[in-house]
Amino acid sequence: MSEAHTATISVLVENSPGVLVRVAGLIRRRGVNIHSLSVGPTENAAVSRMTIVVDTPPERTEQFAKQLRKLVEVRRATAVDGQQTVDRELALVKVNANPGTRMEIMEIANVFRANVVDLTDRTMTLEVTGKGEKVDAIVSLLAKHGIREIARTGQATLVRGAQAT
Amino acid sequence: MAKQIVSAPAARRRTSRATKMTGAQVLVETLRRERVKVLFGHPGGASLPIYDALYDATDIRHVLVRHEQVAAHAAVGYARASGRVGVCTATSGPGATNLVTGITDAMMDSVPVVAITGQVPRPVIGNDAFQEADVTGVTMPITKWNVLVMRADDVARRVQQAFYIARTGRPGPVLVDIPRDVSQESCDPEFVDGIPVPEYRPVLDGNPNQIAAAAELLGSAQRPMIYAGGGIISGNASAELTALAERTRIPVALTLMGKGAMDELHPCCLGMLGMHGSAYANWAMNEADVILAVGVRFDDRVTGRLRDFAPRARFIHIDIDPAEIGKNKPAHVPIVGDAARVLAALAAQVRPPQIDPWWAQITEWRERHPFRYRQRDGQISAQFVCDLINRLTGGTAIVTTDVGQHQMWMAQWYRPRAPRSFISSGGLGTMGFGFPAAMGAKFACPDRQVIAVVGDGGYQMTMQDLITAVEHRLALPIIVVNNGALGMVRQWQTFFYRNRLSSSILRNPDFARIAEAFGARGIRVDRPEQVEPALRSALATEDGPCVVDVIVDPEENCLPMIPSGQSVAEMILDE
Ligand SMILES: Cc1ncc(C[n+]2csc(CCOP(=O)(O)OP(=O)(O)O)c2C)c(N)n1
Ligand SMILES: [Mg+2]
Repeated sequence: MSEAHTATISVLVENSPGVLVRVAGLIRRRGVNIHSLSVGPTENAAVSRMTIVVDTPPERTEQFAKQLRKLVEVRRATAVDGQQTVDRELALVKVNANPGTRMEIMEIANVFRANVVDLTDRTMTLEVTGKGEKVDAIVSLLAKHGIREIARTGQATLVRGAQAT
Repeated sequence: MAKQIVSAPAARRRTSRATKMTGAQVLVETLRRERVKVLFGHPGGASLPIYDALYDATDIRHVLVRHEQVAAHAAVGYARASGRVGVCTATSGPGATNLVTGITDAMMDSVPVVAITGQVPRPVIGNDAFQEADVTGVTMPITKWNVLVMRADDVARRVQQAFYIARTGRPGPVLVDIPRDVSQESCDPEFVDGIPVPEYRPVLDGNPNQIAAAAELLGSAQRPMIYAGGGIISGNASAELTALAERTRIPVALTLMGKGAMDELHPCCLGMLGMHGSAYANWAMNEADVILAVGVRFDDRVTGRLRDFAPRARFIHIDIDPAEIGKNKPAHVPIVGDAARVLAALAAQVRPPQIDPWWAQITEWRERHPFRYRQRDGQISAQFVCDLINRLTGGTAIVTTDVGQHQMWMAQWYRPRAPRSFISSGGLGTMGFGFPAAMGAKFACPDRQVIAVVGDGGYQMTMQDLITAVEHRLALPIIVVNNGALGMVRQWQTFFYRNRLSSSILRNPDFARIAEAFGARGIRVDRPEQVEPALRSALATEDGPCVVDVIVDPEENCLPMIPSGQSVAEMILDE
């Protein structure tokens, strides 16, 4: 999927039951796929932030943000494309590794500043943080060793500088 | 019991507490504080505690309907006729799911309605208990907001929030789902004074720079139009719209939902535009250079093919809902705000444009192509019936319609003099709406003449509730425009499917005799000269409903028509 066809929306929501379903439902009924979604609490315990990456051209996201703002539980919704942002994602990648291939995998990990967080005689689990493309890149390099499992958090985004997201 | 705890509003502080009450009693007390006088509903197991609390509430009238769909439509009719929040209630499971059509209708037409549903007791929620349905799940996309109340302590606050959210900003339906054991649980109720949802505050005043830009654009226009919709009515902005039109002489076209937003006999008013609107209103939109769109959503029934809609125009778009602006057509001057406030601010600034040639052109169109109809020998024309209702009432009655040809004919021929006088299912196009909505309107405005104009198809979807109108002695004429067909479907089959009339011809019961069996008056009319005496008699009927079954010309088509997804250039005229 090319970069031009995803867009990022950052949403501050009330931390209450059903909010995730409302937000997801609003996107679903427009026939748009959620590419990634990350949710977590904020500095205010009553409020959570969702970062939603949708498979839709950025032109459509302002309309999405407007519709999201209509949900009573949504405090703020911003289509962040076109702004200076920091985007990060964390991935855990469990890859096949034996004493013969370990060094090569470690080398890849070093280049990507990935940490080894688990090691067995047959597997190695790496933790990598960065933009989505960086994660994609390490995953494709590791592929030849045989990836057993991946868990990715989905993208988290903040606008750079003093401006609020 | 419930009545003892009423505290005078003056005595309340930010919150006020009372002695122990059950959740259901708190609900009833909250309804009272919201000044609910009537609610439409049907009881069941999960709402028994609520009905028990209502038993004590002699100041709140419960109207027992025979199908919950009717309760929801009646709540919509009540709200649209009065401007107050309409309330309906149903039990869990099938009761609640029967409300779904009416709630969706309220959502599409932005009608303030609160639906209260019983739910199975908390310990069995999620276990497929008897009559359990995930009603907050089902209604999530068709409500402005909904909530499952999990503690009796929360009932007051949640219900207050429901009313507040339903009526503020862009109005809409809200559903409150209350498990039976929450209704039974005893609690110390706490009522909130002031705004119960602090974080929800719609923008009311338009941006002054944008208003100035709009005034400038309108003042220099040569062929301006105002395109006004239901937002004028729900925003109580008719006076401001009329003042602006009078000051600028800019012609006004109304949507189906906007009918009555302005006196339709006003010289500036061109009546309805859109698929079955007047040719002249559509031609005027097509040629306009500046369009002030207010309280409208550029619905496809108005615009046809979007790219060909008003191709020469620059748009000023006023709406209380920011998400409407730019949704279908880009706005050159977007203004988020309350229609009445923004229009008043605009009228104070705008310089009247020079539009005499424009009016000359519109007058020529209007004379060349007014609404008209044929009357075939011995046949009653449906348009004649609609025209006659308009003449007999002078446009001062509240008229509701069902959905189909008769709806569009009524929209073409009925010319309301005031807002809240034409109530029709616009966005959802809900057959079965017309008669229950008229009941709701009559409960809201007992002193007004209320008339339901329905099709023979749609009437049969909610006809069973005639007994409700009889029981409450509602003076309600119900005019059945009986063309022996699902007329609008038949018309599309005639035009677009080579007249292959697949399942669109109806075999009908005798509606007049059915009415009599219910204890109502029933009149059957099949010759043109009988129509006027029958209508007069029906309109004069007191103490109960009167059904007039009018057998009309079955072959009539509703014209003009811009076929779905096409443009003014493809309009089918009535030659
Ligand atoms: C609940 C529902 N079902 C189906 C339709 C599709 N529909 C639109 S108009 C129409 C025909 C209505 O027939 P009738 O009530 O007799 O009115 P007429 O068009 O004949 O005036 C139908 C079936 C609808 N709008 N609503
Ligand atoms: Mg019919």
